[in-house]
Amino acid sequence: MEYLLLQVLNGVQLGLLMFLLAAGLTLTLGIMDLVNLAHGSLYMMGAYIAWTLIGVTDSFVLGALLALPATFLLGVIVEAVVIRRLYARDHLTQVLATFGLILFFNELVRALWGPGGKSIAVPGFLNRTIEILPGVPYPAYRFAIIVVGAVVAILLAWLVARTRLGMLIRAGASNRRMIGALGVNIELLFTLVFGLGAVFAGLAGLMAAPIASVRIGMGDDILILALVIIVIGGIGSIKGAFIAAMIVGQIDIVGRAFLPDLLKTFMSSSAASSAAPAISQVLVYVLMAAVLVWRPTGLFGQRT
Amino acid sequence: MKNKLFGTATIAAVAALSLPAAAQSPIKIGFVSTFSGPQAAIGEDMRRSVELAKEHLGGKMGGKPFEIIYEDDQFKPDVGKARSEKLVQQDKVNFIAGYIWSNVLLASLKAVADEGDTIMISANAGPSQIAGELCNKNFFSTSWQNDQTPMAMGEYLNTKGVKSLYLVGPNYAAGKDMLAGVKRTYKGKIVSEDFTKWPDQLDFSAELTKIAAAKPDGIFIFYPGAHGVQFVKQWAQSGLNKTVPLYQVFSIDAITLPQQGDLAIGTLGAQEWVNDLPNEANKKYVEDFKKKHGVYPSYYGAQSYDAIMLMASAAEALKGDLSNKDKVRAEMKKANFKSVRGDFKFGNNNFPIENFYIQEAVKDPQGMMTVKTIATAVKNAVDPFAEKCPMK
Repeated sequence: MEYLLLQVLNGVQLGLLMFLLAAGLTLTLGIMDLVNLAHGSLYMMGAYIAWTLIGVTDSFVLGALLALPATFLLGVIVEAVVIRRLYARDHLTQVLATFGLILFFNELVRALWGPGGKSIAVPGFLNRTIEILPGVPYPAYRFAIIVVGAVVAILLAWLVARTRLGMLIRAGASNRRMIGALGVNIELLFTLVFGLGAVFAGLAGLMAAPIASVRIGMGDDILILALVIIVIGGIGSIKGAFIAAMIVGQIDIVGRAFLPDLLKTFMSSSAASSAAPAISQVLVYVLMAAVLVWRPTGLFGQRT
Repeated sequence: MKNKLFGTATIAAVAALSLPAAAQSPIKIGFVSTFSGPQAAIGEDMRRSVELAKEHLGGKMGGKPFEIIYEDDQFKPDVGKARSEKLVQQDKVNFIAGYIWSNVLLASLKAVADEGDTIMISANAGPSQIAGELCNKNFFSTSWQNDQTPMAMGEYLNTKGVKSLYLVGPNYAAGKDMLAGVKRTYKGKIVSEDFTKWPDQLDFSAELTKIAAAKPDGIFIFYPGAHGVQFVKQWAQSGLNKTVPLYQVFSIDAITLPQQGDLAIGTLGAQEWVNDLPNEANKKYVEDFKKKHGVYPSYYGAQSYDAIMLMASAAEALKGDLSNKDKVRAEMKKANFKSVRGDFKFGNNNFPIENFYIQEAVKDPQGMMTVKTIATAVKNAVDPFAEKCPMK
């Protein structure tokens, strides 16, 4: 029972990290109709910028807090210099250009921080385990990720549902041309949304950093999962991204924690232990395919 | 028939005429490793050691200058194969060395050793296939066969009385060899054997939670490079470092220790080479490496250094004339050089017959993380696949 609870928490933690990444991606794709492959690079830049700022300030919390406006600024600059020119182009051009951005950022990191990875230590006050139930320890840092992720998710829900900016974002997601025609400064809105997406990606990157290490290309693998999540959730839907991220997080954990034992009941032990990671790797894509058959626009996508 | 003979004679004459020029042309060495992406730090350590070997040799082998052409496999088997083919066909190198990854080596073997008839030296990867049925007269190793290092660890765990072990490793050729290796010698109970997605899985929360629930006496891992950094960090964060000791192969080394830091202190691993092995060649290598780069070399580097020294020993014996490949192979097989691990012999499959040591992660007097030898696990070990190799 405790074991199950811990594994569910592991899944929630993973899901929340991916939600932060997917939220920005679904906003840019849903509202700006922009395929941004370089979103994973913003995740990486968030982690590297945090590494530098934590070194300068000698405090994890302070460094992380300063890294957020820095990634926002970076997002705004990238939008103004490159992305803005892509809105009118077709998706293939966007894919090519943002793929170029990935290469650019990977080389930039190599030039600035070197080819070896960096590591961010878990802040002292979180470098221990807490008892989530009496006698059931859980790493405090992972618990902190869950708390921060949940708070950000609630803030984002409030922002989208209750504020004027959120209203414009929702309007943009359902009909971009119309809100432009109504006199909304669409350029400013796009810049803000892109910057916001960059902040979430950067936050995910810097929070993942003490668990994983900060390295070149760290955002490239996770970007694919984030894309799967927004397709499952429905492009442009924050709610969809959240629910899909939770599902994907749980599937990943189930695949790793329970599948080997399940397979061992009817397969040889060695066959089961090497088949399980292969199967759990494709489970997420099977889910995506199933959702697309059932609801082609995703769970919470706009019907067209 | 006559024409053909004439043709052969012409070629022979041209070859003879061009011999003096050939004697002047440098020996060419291809070196395939990972120089980009998350595992680039390993390739960099190997390159530094190769350059140091070149410096120690005065840039010459058997009186001839030599040049090294580095190629980046990008951590991908298909790219590694294409780069190896380029070295054989376009650069026409005399030797190809390097290869961190078993899957990259397996992909490149045929193109280099069979079709290219070029001598190949693995400075790290040691897949079971090449030690056994796929063994090749053109293939030499200055490292080990994958199973051997974990086998040494297994022997040590027996003597230490560790009663149960939980195995975790990545789901690819080397991961399977490593976990199979520890099972060959370890006599205690194997609680479970988990494989994780390779190379994209860097989060081990689910596995660590399983381990915590299973309460084994020890964890055995194989996670090279960046993955080893994550596993050790997450093991410590989960609090398991206080209850379940970590035993490892290739996961805590000179490359990962700066990032693992204090978390790794006290962990034990097995290795055929340690930076404090007491022999002259090793002292010179480690001291000069540290002087130049300010960090300790890793076994990846030591094996690369040995690979260059092995080539040099063959070139020395043949006075720089590498045209007769049978002679080159025969000289290589003698392993007539001062290895940084101490002297060793090649087995029938051209893998070293060598000692394995147990090393502990410690802080050196200057406060830098390193490893030190604490025991000899096995002496003159022959890998378990040598008998499957048809070569004598």
